[in-house]
Amino acid sequence: MTAARAPGNGDSVRAGPAIVTRSLTRRFGELTAIDRVSLAVPLGKIYGFLGPNGSGKSTMIRMLCGLLTPTEGDAVVLGVDVRKDPEGLKRNIGYMTQKFSLYTDLTVLENLRFMTEIYGLDRRVAGARVDAQIERFSLADRTGQLAGTLSGGQKQRLALAAATLHEPELLFLDEPTSAVDPESRREFWEFLFDLIDHGTTILVTTHFMDEAERCHALAILDDGALVAEGPPDSLVAELPAVVVEIETDRPRAVRNALLAAPDIFDVAQLGSRLHALIDRSRSEPSAYVEALLAQRQLRAQLRQVRPSLEDVFVMATRDSPAERAA
Amino acid sequence: MTRFSLHRMLAIARKEFSHLKRDRLTGGMVAGIPIIMTVLFGIAINNDVRDLPAAVVDEANTTASRQLVADARASQVIDKLIPATSPWEIEQLIRQGKIAVGIYIPADFEERIAHGRRPLAQLLIDDTDPTIFGTARGLAILPLHAVNLMEERDTFELRALYNPERRSAVFIVPGLCGVILLLTMVLFTSIAIVRERERGNMELLITTPIQPLELMVGKIVPYVLIGYLQISMILLLGTVLFDLPIRGSLADFYIASGLYVASMLTLGLMISTIAKTQFQAFQLTFLTFMPQMLLSGFMFPFAGMPKPVQWLAEIFPLTHFLRIVRGIILKQTELSNMTAEMWPLAAFFVVMMTFATLKFRKSLD
Repeated sequence: MTAARAPGNGDSVRAGPAIVTRSLTRRFGELTAIDRVSLAVPLGKIYGFLGPNGSGKSTMIRMLCGLLTPTEGDAVVLGVDVRKDPEGLKRNIGYMTQKFSLYTDLTVLENLRFMTEIYGLDRRVAGARVDAQIERFSLADRTGQLAGTLSGGQKQRLALAAATLHEPELLFLDEPTSAVDPESRREFWEFLFDLIDHGTTILVTTHFMDEAERCHALAILDDGALVAEGPPDSLVAELPAVVVEIETDRPRAVRNALLAAPDIFDVAQLGSRLHALIDRSRSEPSAYVEALLAQRQLRAQLRQVRPSLEDVFVMATRDSPAERAA
Repeated sequence: MTRFSLHRMLAIARKEFSHLKRDRLTGGMVAGIPIIMTVLFGIAINNDVRDLPAAVVDEANTTASRQLVADARASQVIDKLIPATSPWEIEQLIRQGKIAVGIYIPADFEERIAHGRRPLAQLLIDDTDPTIFGTARGLAILPLHAVNLMEERDTFELRALYNPERRSAVFIVPGLCGVILLLTMVLFTSIAIVRERERGNMELLITTPIQPLELMVGKIVPYVLIGYLQISMILLLGTVLFDLPIRGSLADFYIASGLYVASMLTLGLMISTIAKTQFQAFQLTFLTFMPQMLLSGFMFPFAGMPKPVQWLAEIFPLTHFLRIVRGIILKQTELSNMTAEMWPLAAFFVVMMTFATLKFRKSLD
């Protein structure tokens, strides 16, 4: 269960970041999927890519795995230039694709054995690893079952078990929990923290805030561009806005009224409430909002709240004023 | 580039077997296709046409004319006689598809015999099918029994060397070895790569250290065994059901079959690396299937085709394999005397394998 997991499978212990990208760009014809992204992913941490659908998270992961060639810029992953030697990378990384990509007509055991063979693990080591993964990911009573007939949570555990069989230094997870219930999601993150404890570096994409909050560091992607980067709490602390929570029975009218006013970055609806992001430099933000609403005879209850990661996300991915005008 | 790993290649091969094991219908077809096709075509395909429906208009109605009709029937070329009263009625019956052959004996038949005037009678043939025409034409040279007028001597003595009874199955079954494998082998591998791509397995597979050549060889190995199984079944059924003589060396036969199977499998792989979907793979398979089937000499004599088509057909593995199997099985030819047919198979295999391996990219670009 707690097999020794030295980073690098016996390689010398690495120093420096696991991933460094410089102006990494990928275009598909006219479309720019990733636009000059420069970032560094530290070793031994969970690093999250947060972004809406179509923001380029999967394209980013595929470039870092050596599956897509960058159009411009470069990426060094585990000391390997992905442009020059994508194959040299593949032994040391694990990749859990967004869509379940093991063989649905093979059993749990057959899938795991196949992966050990493809990674060229020594037969005895392979047997022990497969047993350990089955135990660790609670698949013992499913070994003979076809992978296609597993539940969402079981499939996801099997996929993670398969992706970590060869004990990769770096693990890529592309929206690993989008198809499972919250209970399985929590359980899944326990596995991830366990892997970190053993020295693995994890890069995970998500669009769930609660998952993003658990990452050691985050990159927020929007339309292929890196719009914010850092640990979740510093992103929150450095938010250049204060948040006023508004409760009203006419949310659309209130939102429209506020969006037109100066010093208000964005107004997002969170459930029945609105969050107005107001420039920090303005003193008495609640009073300011109250005055704006009173002008239009809109009634609402206001309260200044602590910003959350969601507010950071809204701030980072909001349309620029020019785009909003268009 | 890391070295070719037997371990990884066998992992792919084992996985392919597991897929087959799970897919009952496909597994059943491995045995089903050769059995059904060999039995069906062994019985059905017949170039030796007999018992054609016919009509006779005998305006002479003499001993000699009746004898002629009786001889024609005794030849077994024609069978049931539908009564008719005039040549026009015969044409009518042919047009309606009721008869294939009509015999018209004119009223002055005896007189024509006496004066040696030709023709003595007329044969009307439905030649929309050239095979029927070929057979029915044999009636035209039927010797006249009653009057020994035409005591002709054959110019040649005819010696049929390998199939004197003219049994079609003897000719067809060795050919079926090639045709059945053409279909099953190409289909197996033509979807091999596309299917992984369509089901999303490919994205995982190309993130592993697997090498293209390991993948390609691993995809072929299980089907070589299946190919051997199928060809053995065809041969066994041929000997048991159709009394097919195996005159040459079985070892030679299996060596040649292995090369043929491998060349068909790589053709499938090549298709699989080009096609984007399984449906496209099926269409490309069909594109390679029909010309081989029709131009290889399986159905129509190779020598009858125009030269440029013959050159094209020389590319097809089936063309060479047919010559090899017919040679070994029927003519007792030794494989060492057929290197001219072996190297095109080997060349085809190498070209296709190289193409497929180079075309396959471990990326999503």
